[in-house]
Order: sequence, then C-alpha cells, then structure tokens
Amino acid sequence: MPKYLQLSGLEAVTITPNSNFINIGERTNVTGSAKFLKLIKEDKFEEALEVALDQVRGGAQVIDVNMDEGMLDSKAAMVKFLNLMAAEPEIAVVPVMIDSSKWEVIEAGLKCLQGKGIVNSISLKSGEEDFIRQAKLVKKYGAAVVVMAFDEQGQADTYDRRISICKRAYDILVERVKFPPQDIIFDPNIFPVATGIEEHRNYALDFFRATKWIRENLPHAHVSGGVSNVSFSFRGNQKVREAMHAAFLYYAIQYGMDMGIVNPTMLEVYDEIEKELLDKVEDVLLNRRDDATERLLEYAEKVKGSGKKKEVEDEWRKGTVEGRITHALVKGIIDYIDLDTEEARVKYGKPLNVIEGPLMAGMNVVGDLFGAGKMFLPQVVKSARVMKKSVAYLEPFLQEEKRKNNSADKAAAKILLATVKGDVHDIGKNIVGVVLACNNYDIVDLGVMVPTEKIIEAAKREKVDAVGLSGLITPSLDEMVAVAKEMQREKLELPLLIGGATTSRIHTAVKIDPVYEGPVVHVLDASRSVPVASELINIQTRESFKQRVKEEYKALRTDHASRQQSKNYITLEEARNNRTKIDWNTTSYTKPSFVGRKEFIDYPLEEIRKYIDWTPFFQTWMLAGRYPGILNDSVVGVEAKKLFNDANNMLDDIVKNKSLQANGIIAFYPAENKADDVLLYKSENDSKSFASFHFLRQQNKKAQNLPNFCLADFISPEKGKDYFGMFAVTAGLGLEKLLEKHKANHDDYSDIMAKALADRLAEAFAECLHEKVRKELWGYAKDENLTNEQLIGEEYKGIRPAPGYPACPDHTEKKLLFQLLEAENVGITLTESYAMYPGASVSGFYFSHPNAKYFGLGKIEKDQVVDYAKRKGMDVAEIEKWLAPNLSYDI
Amino acid sequence: MKIEDILKERILVLDGAMGTMIQRHKLEEADFRGERLKDHPHPLKGNNDLLSITRPDIIKDIHRQYFEAGADMVETNTFGSTRIAQADYHLEFLVYEINYQSAKIAKEVAEEFTAREPHKPRFVAGSMGPTTKLASMSPDVNNPGFRAVTYDELVEAFKEQAKGLIDGGADALLLETITDTLNVKAALFAIQELFEEKGKQLPVMVSGTITDASGRILSGQTAEAFLISVSHVPLLSIGFNCALGASALRPYLKVLHERAPFFVSAYPNAGLPNEFGHYDQSPEQMAKEVEEYLKEGLVNIVGGCCGSTPDHIRKIAEAAKKYKPREVAVEHA
Repeated sequence: MPKYLQLSGLEAVTITPNSNFINIGERTNVTGSAKFLKLIKEDKFEEALEVALDQVRGGAQVIDVNMDEGMLDSKAAMVKFLNLMAAEPEIAVVPVMIDSSKWEVIEAGLKCLQGKGIVNSISLKSGEEDFIRQAKLVKKYGAAVVVMAFDEQGQADTYDRRISICKRAYDILVERVKFPPQDIIFDPNIFPVATGIEEHRNYALDFFRATKWIRENLPHAHVSGGVSNVSFSFRGNQKVREAMHAAFLYYAIQYGMDMGIVNPTMLEVYDEIEKELLDKVEDVLLNRRDDATERLLEYAEKVKGSGKKKEVEDEWRKGTVEGRITHALVKGIIDYIDLDTEEARVKYGKPLNVIEGPLMAGMNVVGDLFGAGKMFLPQVVKSARVMKKSVAYLEPFLQEEKRKNNSADKAAAKILLATVKGDVHDIGKNIVGVVLACNNYDIVDLGVMVPTEKIIEAAKREKVDAVGLSGLITPSLDEMVAVAKEMQREKLELPLLIGGATTSRIHTAVKIDPVYEGPVVHVLDASRSVPVASELINIQTRESFKQRVKEEYKALRTDHASRQQSKNYITLEEARNNRTKIDWNTTSYTKPSFVGRKEFIDYPLEEIRKYIDWTPFFQTWMLAGRYPGILNDSVVGVEAKKLFNDANNMLDDIVKNKSLQANGIIAFYPAENKADDVLLYKSENDSKSFASFHFLRQQNKKAQNLPNFCLADFISPEKGKDYFGMFAVTAGLGLEKLLEKHKANHDDYSDIMAKALADRLAEAFAECLHEKVRKELWGYAKDENLTNEQLIGEEYKGIRPAPGYPACPDHTEKKLLFQLLEAENVGITLTESYAMYPGASVSGFYFSHPNAKYFGLGKIEKDQVVDYAKRKGMDVAEIEKWLAPNLSYDI
Repeated sequence: MKIEDILKERILVLDGAMGTMIQRHKLEEADFRGERLKDHPHPLKGNNDLLSITRPDIIKDIHRQYFEAGADMVETNTFGSTRIAQADYHLEFLVYEINYQSAKIAKEVAEEFTAREPHKPRFVAGSMGPTTKLASMSPDVNNPGFRAVTYDELVEAFKEQAKGLIDGGADALLLETITDTLNVKAALFAIQELFEEKGKQLPVMVSGTITDASGRILSGQTAEAFLISVSHVPLLSIGFNCALGASALRPYLKVLHERAPFFVSAYPNAGLPNEFGHYDQSPEQMAKEVEEYLKEGLVNIVGGCCGSTPDHIRKIAEAAKKYKPREVAVEHA
C-alpha cells in the first residue's frame, strides 16, 4: 500500500501525487485576522464559527486554527473553538490543523479531534530532546505534523540552512521516532519579499528551491507554508497581494509545494491576473531585475482597491419564507432564522401557527432525510438548534399572546421529559418539549441517559402532571418497561407518554401498558403530543381517554398474540406438558339448568339491540374510532352521527315490522378432558362418550410461566364433573327479503346498512344469550352485573370461542357442532365450505371455568397436524388445507 | 501459535452475544449482588459485567458454549467495565477486579479447550466498550461546545480497564462498538502508554459501529475517515460490529477491505431488532449473509454481536471453514 498522507475530519482526505494543491484555510487565526481576533476576544464564538464555515464553503480542505495571542487564554480558546467546530458538520467534515507555538495548546487541541489532523508546528528550536518528545506524542495522539525550518540557531532564511535543518529533522523523525514519513510536512519559511531590504530579494526563490530539494531528497514528505506572508509589505492592497499569492503559488507548486495556508475565498486565478501586474509581481518573486520592488510599489499605488471575494451562493434567500425556513433547518443555517421567523410570524398571524406550520414542516423534511440516510446525526442536531433559535425568537410573542388570553394565571400543567438510561438521543424529545412548551405546558426536561430513580424522584418532587419517555436505540425499549414497572411499584397514577424512533404502538401495548395501571400512550410524533397531553391532563377527559386507550391496547395485545409467529417451536409432547395449570380439586363445578338442547325462536329484537357493540359497525363503514367517542370526533364525528341516527331509525323499523327474525339454539353436556380432546356424555353416569371435540394446542416456545394453551385444558379431566356448552344464533332470517326491497329502490346505502345491522344483531344476540347462559341457563355466574362496555371488553367469567377463530381455527369442527345442536331446526345451516347460512350468524362453544381465556393458536408443527388428523380421522393433507394459515411449515 | 500467524492461514471465528446469553438465565438482583455486594446501596441488576465476579459459573459456561460451537476467540465479559460506565452502579472501586477476573475466567476456559485440542488454540480478547459518554459530541443541544467527558478522563478509565484485562491474561484487546472515534483514540492513547509502561504489547483490535442509513458512525465519520483516524497504531484488525445486520455491513467492510493495512473483522447483529427489540434472525439466515462477504474475501475475522448465540456461531464457523481469508495488502506490522 503506497505511503500517502491521509487526514480526516468527518470525511477522509488522501493526498496522492495526483492530488491538487491542498488549501488550508487561514482565516481562523487570531494572529492573521484582526476580525477573527476581535470575535474571539469578545467571546463571539458563534460568529467566529461563521469564519470557519466561510473558509470551508470557499474551498478550504483543511482548517488552520490559531489562538496564540497574548491577551487570550489560548488553551481554553482553542478547546472551545474546536469543540464548537466539531458540532458544525459542514465545518467538521474537513481535517483540522492545530496551529500554535505553545505545546500545551497543541496538546489540548489534539484531545478534541476525533479525526486525524495536523499539528502546526514542532521544530528543533529548543533542541532534539524536546523535538523528539513532542514528535512521539503527536504520533501517539495520531496526527500529521508540520516541521518548521527552525533550529537552535534560529529560523532558516537561506537555501542551505533550510535544507540542512529539514534533512536533520527528517532523519530524527523517521529513524529515531519512527514517524511515518508521509505524515511529515515541512514548512521551509515563506518570508515577505519586496521589503526594500537587500537580503530579502532571494526569499521567494530560496523557498522554491528548498521545496524542490525536500521533495526530491526526503521521500514522502510534503511542503507547506503560510502564503500570505510573502505579500506582507503590501498590506491594505488586496489586489496586489492576491496577485502575488497567485503567482507565488503558481511557481511554488511547480517546485513541489503541495499544500499551503491561504485564504481560499480570495484566491486570484493566475491566468486572470493583468499582464502588467503579473510581470511586475514575477520580477519580484523570481528576483529578475534590480528595480523590481520599486516598479511593483509604483504600480501598487495606482491599483489600490479591494480584492475579489468569491460569492457564496445565496440563491436560496430568494425563495418563499416557508422554503427559506426549511432550507435553514436542513442546512442548519442560523444566520437568517430570526428574520425569516419574523416574516412568518407576520404572515401567519399567530406565533404558534409558525411553529406548527413552517417550522414543523421543515423538521419533517429533516426527519425524512435522516430516515433516508441523507443526513446524519450531527447535522440533525444542528437543525434542532435552528429550530430552537426560531422558537426562542417567538417566545416573547407567545408570552404576549398568553397574557392577552389570560391564560397565564392558570397554572400551566407540568410535563416531565427524559431520554431513558443508556440512550443519548434526545432530538425527538427536545422537539416534543418545544412543541409542548409552545402549547402552554411547563416542561421539566431531565436530559439524556436518565436513570429510573431520577425520573421517579423528579416526577414526585416537581409534582408533574405527566411523564414522557423517549429513546432511539432498542435497549431503551426495555428501559421504558422498567420505568413503567417502577412507576407502578411507587403507585404513581400519572399518565405515561412513550415516544422515540424505536418505540411503537404495538410495543407499548404489549410490553408497557400491562405493567402500569395508569394511562400509557404511545405518541407517534411531536405533533401528536399536544392533543394526547391535553386529553390526559384535563380532568374531564382523562378517565374516558385512559379507558379508550387501555381498551385499544388490550385489543392490540390479543391481536398480536394471535399473530405471534415465534420461530421457536416445541414438540407437541413438550407443549402438552406445559398445559394450563388448573387445580381441579378446588374447582367448584356448576351443573347447568338442563342437559341437552334448548331452542330460542324469534327472540325479542328490542332486547338484543341493547347488546350491540357499535365500534365494528363504524369500521364496516370505514370510519376509524371507537364508539361512543367517534360521535364527537373532530374529523368523522358529523358523518358518524348521521350514520348512527340512520342505523337506529332502520333498527326501529326492523323491530317494529319484525322484518328480521332472531333464532338460537344452545346445548349443554357432561364433559371430560382427555389430552387435547373434549369427550361428551349424554349423562353424568354414562360410561361411554357419544361425541368428542378436537382442539389444537399452541406450540411456540413460551416465556417462563406461560402455558401452551389449548381449549380442552379448560375442561376437567375427571369424568362426570364438568360440563361443556355450545351454541348457534342468527339474526339474518328475513334479511334477503329486506334487501330485495332496497335493491329494487337502487338504495345501496340502505342495502349495506341492513346487512351491517343484521351482523351486529347476530353478534349482540350471541352476547345476550351468553349472559343469559352465565346467569341463568348454566348459572355459574348468577351474581354477574356488567355494563355493555364491560361485556364488550370480555370481562365476564368463562369464554365462548368460535370455530374458525384464533383459539380454534379449524372450521371443520362446525360439522359436529351443528349436528349436535341440530341447528337446521332453527334455520341455520352450513355450506360445503363450513360457512354459516344465513351469513348473519354466530356459533361457538361455552367454557365456564374462571381461568378459561381467549388466546390465539399461532403456528403449529407437523407432529401436531399428524396427531390431530389421526384424532379426527381425516387425511393429513385435508387438515393441512384447512389449517394452512396456522402451519409453521410450507406444504 | 500466535493469533497473527493463524490469521494468515484462515478465517478466525469470534464468539457471539454475551448479553443475549445472560438474558436466558433470567437473573435477579440477588444473582448480580452475590454475597460480596449484598449490602451495596444501589441496584445492580442489569450490570452484566459484574457477573464475572458474582456468577462466574454462568459466564464461564457461556464462553464454553461458544468455544464448543467453534469460536477461536471469545470476548471477556467487560463491555461496560470502565469507571465511567460503572459509575451508574457506583462500582468504580471494583473496575480493575472485574476486568482482571473476567479475563482470568475466560482464559481458564480457553486453556481448557487448547489443552484438549492443541491444533486449535483458543484465545481471549479483552472487550473494551465505548463507555456511556461521547467525547466529541455534546449531550445538550443548546450547548454544542459542552462535553460530558474529557479525553484525559477517558484515557484514565481505559488504562485502568486495559491493565486489568492484561493482568488477567487476555491475549488481545478489542476496542468495540465504537460510536465516537475520539473515545477510541483516547483508548488507543491509554493502551500505548500502558504498553510502554509494561514493556509488553498485545495485539489491538478496533471495531466501529455504523448506526444509521447514512453509513457513518454516530459521531459523523465515514468508514474511511474512521479507518484513517485510528491507523496511527499498528492494529491487528479493524472492522465493524453491532448496529446493522450482516448484509447491511457489506459496503462498509468493502471500504476497509480496499484500504485497511490491517486484518478486517466483522461481527454483526443477528439481523435487525424487531419492534420489541428482539433479534430473530435464524443461525442459517445469519450465516448465509455472513457467507456473502466470506465469498468475496472481504474479511479475516467473523463472529456475532447482539442476538447471536452459539447456534449462530456454529453455522458461521462452518461457513468460515470453506473460504480463504482476505489478503492484507501490506504485511502486518
């Protein structure tokens, strides 16, 4: 691998023989720039950074930083400036040259660079010992080094001294320090010319020749220098100075100089220098005539004027205010943000509208770019800073608005925000903080990597109204669960908001919500934080919002469990050994009021309609939201209300005209559990069962203490003690006739409505009958007293799973079910594919044990399929066809 | 046989995740405390590194499982064993001992295997994580010049850790999961000083982490800039671990393959975590993805990070046997 000088900032710079001349930006130097010195002295580091940025935009490939000034704490200024530069990705992209004559400043600077920079400089000025010590340290820190042509006698000002000092330094570095030769950069001293002093006439030429010698005799070493020194005697005359720099570089590069400290924004192009000026400059540099200095001075008098400054493109300033704000956020430019924010404030009327409008829009663009890998974290941090500056500008206007609205005297609700332990990401959290603060919330921000105890302690001490947790990396998910558990242990009831890139609604529902009794809400993005916070904190909405979210998460959990596709399966035998543990010795059995069948013909619809769960009804109509909240929803509320009224009008008609008929049938039999089957007996004393249902068992590997569920486990294995129930109901009788009427009128709306209502009534009938079963017909829960919401939330004792649904997905079990129920007697039949007719029908099993619960079977393995097929007396292939979605393997 | 010599001949296999294996034991606060720290006034659960002292049986068993699966080298259980990271648990006083013990028990298991299979010597890499604080980024958006930790503090912390690892018998030092190059530069500085003081050198391995789609490490450096920034030390290897799954690492390994004068390592996660933070890539899938870059000759050292298990390493070791190691352009120093 060739020995090339390699440097790095956030990006790599490799200097090969084919590389162009490397421009090292010189303006961030307190000794060379009065403006920069003033900014540093006045502690205006933010503006001083602009100088660096200007250099990078102007083409600097390395930035030279020098803080050597008598009145400055050079070390502190160096560290502060380098740390600030590191936070500006557009500057940090390039390597840094730490420029100081004080070793302690250099060393402090080296401790700030994550990339490989350049030390400028070390020399033999104080002897070999110091030189070697410093060189060793530079190597250990990992930097390249500029070596000045300087020794114990002083600075080299002749060709001979230049080359002899450089040779000596090179040999020490390469042979004794083992410094990589490609990391050595010589500075053979660029001195001013045209000073009028005779000895200075050859300075430029000597430099050129020494450069050539170094490049030819000291392998892999480089040559650099401070170019503007050469024109020192023409201070104030930019035009001449720039011409001198350009011409000097033109020759120096030909002689082998491959990098230089320059002002890249003020480089004249050699070919564009006026012929007359160029001639005179070259006469001086190359010492071509005795009167060269006088002639250049004479010329300089005539052309006094400012030099050329490259225009930094500011095309973007011409766009709309929204476009400019987005640009500033994406690029992290703070220069104009106050101006643009003011313009937006006037345009949008209210300060809050600016935040929720163009600022949020701009941050969304940033978020998208980050997600797509087109921005990286340090850039995003900068965007957040621009955002903050803008909001800070708006702050007094927000206060004013608050004052006007008299909202200031109302104590603001307090929200605690923290990025959890182990995670340092807080941009999202900060944005949420800003947005909430803008909405009159008082924010207690604990920062990043906050341990659980600190969150709890601060929540109590500050008496906050809600806690918001944020995190970006995956371990933060567990950390959030830990915080929730601790909040539960401490019996806090505060709302808990969860947000951040790795968090998800499903994770919140499955892992966090169950461990905390207080409200837990996943907040998708900052814009959602305000409505969520306000609903949770407002006493009037808090409880209903909490219940709504709890229900929603519970449904998500059930759904998730049923779809859970664990890749780890256990054998059927292992799964059977991990069955639900029920202590049958302490179970009290309830004998149903009858054994055998019982029909319900033309069940009163007035009674059934009370049990309707309206939420799925709205889903049918593609309206998202839960009943009854949906009726007042700001988006779909009006539509939902209209629909609800129409539905009830139609229901009134149906009930009045008896246009639909609800029939049902239930049956109870003594039952016994054997393996995964439920055996039925005509009476408790029968010795032989007359029928058996076959169930399936979960086979995914379970966490500790979680059983592999199978419905059969909910029936006692002791013969003659337990009972099993079954049912089939319909509310679809008469529906076809009803539909015909609407079809004839081409009334699609009423057509869909009637079907949807028949479905709802069938489900409601199943609910209604199940309640009757629990309280009277089987009677194992005589004292039950539940509201419709509680029924919908499945809070009752016992379950009624339906064949073809998650706990027992095999539709073919309906065949036996319908036979035993003799369901066709009440008007319900099965099609060839085991679908029920009429469609608005429900059938299933009743289990009474208090431990019985709904679950999803998930995927099962071949061993169970083979066993199941045998138990049912069916072909394996036939079973596989019916259970295809539940197979863990491909068929 | 030295690690360097083996690396010239074949692909070296590292172990897989430690945390994932520890999690299987469902340990409680008491396990972490042991008798020794039963009265420690702060919670210790989750401080996995501490188990090297309080439950060495578990840690040794995990090392054993990885060696059995075919790993040539296991990492010590010391990812967070610096005084900076242990400050969260108020265990600064135990840092040297954790490192020492962790190296010692890993070495015991390694020697057990080497004695049994002398043709396949087993090694121990002293794991040195990035600590919990970044040296070149501010945790405070409003104060970009602020630093939560200084270079000197890092040097001190890493030196203490490295000392424990070396004294305990580690065969190499592995600076891993690097999110901020300045942190690892401080570690390299500390190690160089320590080597000088001890008059003894160990191979040093460096492994960075690319955290997002931009292809940069957290502190913003590209793969190439990262390589350049640590190349002043004659490393045994450089590579990437963690964060992304095996396939996603490929383009960045390619950069190292083309430019690094050191051996190249890769030990990715078992895929990407799902929405619950679990890794569900199967051993077969992971090995298949890793095999892609073995085929291309991009790497010299492979293994697994978060979510990988002995089963993953077994499959990866099988795959590694089939291919020649990457050729290093410059003879290793």
